[in-house]
Amino acid sequence: MVAPALILMAGVAGYPVLYAIWLSLHQYSVITPGLSRSVGLSNYIEQLTSPAWWTAVGNTFLFTAISVPLELLIGIGMALLLNIAFRFRTLLRSIVLLPYAVLTVVSAITWRTIFDPDLGLVSTMLNSLGLTDAGVVWLGQSGYAMTVVILADVWKTAPFVALLVLAGLQVIPADLREASQIDGAGAFRHFVSITLPLLWPAIALAMIFRTLDALRVFDLPFVLTRGAYGTETMSVLAYQTLRGNQLVGQGSAVSILTFVVVMLVSFLYIRFAGGNIRSVVKGGSR
Amino acid sequence: MTNAAIGRQPSKRRRPRRGAEHNPLVWCAVAVVMIFSLVPLYWLVNTSLKTGPDLSKASLTPPHPTFENYQAVLGDGDFLRALGNSLIVAATTTLLALAVASFAAYPLARLKMRGKFLILSIVLSVTTFPGIAIAAPMFSLWNDLGLYNTLVGLIIPYLTFTLPLSIYTLVSFFKEIPVELEEAAYIDGTSPFQAYYKVILPLAAPGIATVGILAFIFAWNEFLLAATLTYGPEARTVPVAIAFFTGASEYEQPLGTISAASVIISIPLILLVLIFQKKIVSGLTAGAVKG
Repeated sequence: MVAPALILMAGVAGYPVLYAIWLSLHQYSVITPGLSRSVGLSNYIEQLTSPAWWTAVGNTFLFTAISVPLELLIGIGMALLLNIAFRFRTLLRSIVLLPYAVLTVVSAITWRTIFDPDLGLVSTMLNSLGLTDAGVVWLGQSGYAMTVVILADVWKTAPFVALLVLAGLQVIPADLREASQIDGAGAFRHFVSITLPLLWPAIALAMIFRTLDALRVFDLPFVLTRGAYGTETMSVLAYQTLRGNQLVGQGSAVSILTFVVVMLVSFLYIRFAGGNIRSVVKGGSR
Repeated sequence: MTNAAIGRQPSKRRRPRRGAEHNPLVWCAVAVVMIFSLVPLYWLVNTSLKTGPDLSKASLTPPHPTFENYQAVLGDGDFLRALGNSLIVAATTTLLALAVASFAAYPLARLKMRGKFLILSIVLSVTTFPGIAIAAPMFSLWNDLGLYNTLVGLIIPYLTFTLPLSIYTLVSFFKEIPVELEEAAYIDGTSPFQAYYKVILPLAAPGIATVGILAFIFAWNEFLLAATLTYGPEARTVPVAIAFFTGASEYEQPLGTISAASVIISIPLILLVLIFQKKIVSGLTAGAVKG
């Protein structure tokens, strides 16, 4: 009974990856199906010696290194707030969830309206403070463009971190706080010495999910800038090579390289946070 | 008591701390979180209610609020087509994912199978595949097979990406159902299939709902494959239609109309998430936090 699912996944996930490896070793014609010639490793050599690939790697890691820690910090903060009992807590949880419910593409468009040079909220505020001339094209400048991409990602996915961490917080027994109070620990000490270690599995899980997603980021930079102004990530580069330039062999080589980078990072996570991931998988197989 | 032993008492919940309502710091934090969450959405709605010259002026509220953009979007044949495509793709993906995943999850949860851990690990590792690694070969494969720019060509890869988490979530839900119930059914003379169909499936309904909602959200949201594997309105889903929305010239995008379209396609998802938020949380954290 497991077979249909396995066959489908092998067919649609396993086979394409093998086919992608084959394609990446060939020069392939889109116009004449089936027409191709083997070019060995030259697609890879071309990519690995091109500045475009290394820029994309740099952009992707920059995006990941800034957005994931921000999402974790904001998400943990939200979770702690939602764990405190106060009126309207349920309402606040729904509000926190709203950005998560929004489509990624819509998140990109939302942040484009905020940073629009004419009608954007940011320009409006800066103008009223008399800080800049109207019409700074935020998305048309390196640095600013990546900032907008990161903001859009943090806004949409911090609630996801909050959900995971909140679920972790709610299984921590309340008597622990009473016990540490008797021992004379303040709220901060209690958080650092007791809550945080017990919360670590949930935080680690959120971190793994977010890092792997961030390394694959495509929707936000593509919709916001089409990968221009220092926002071309590995996935965007692969897409542009594949669709824009119709270079199937080259595009496949970039895809496989992206795949290898993501796998390397997941491997490092498993190596260094191994116990957590193993217990996650075992949670289902127990 | 060691930390580990304490950690295994999930039944005792943190008792609500009283007096938090009188803490001004809490209310400040609430205000910050609300501004962070809501202001961007407000700005999207604000933009969607503007037309003509208002769109080139910054203002905290639309000077002449109008639904013209919404009327324009809902009168646009390509957008409606994309909306229909999205509904078909998301609904079909959800139903097929539920059917295939529940059949796969049941033996993984119940039967003593060799290599169960290995199977689950492989299944989960599929979720770490970058979409682009699948998109490139699928693009040429679908070209050759004639599935390029078709809805079926989207549903097949979507199923692959929703199955791993669906199976994983369902396995942890199935495990919560006591084996004794099935054994009772066997004593009453049912076949394994009947036991599954009549006893397990109804009891697992909440888990199935969770998995279904998550699969629907994935399919409704997906952009990379939809952008790679389609080129025209015939098979475009809404996220792609919005991303490639163009106005009079290719480089000028009508922000008012795009914002209105964004609001329209977000509403079903927002409703789904708000109504089923508990189920979504339990799906996302199934087995993960319970450890």
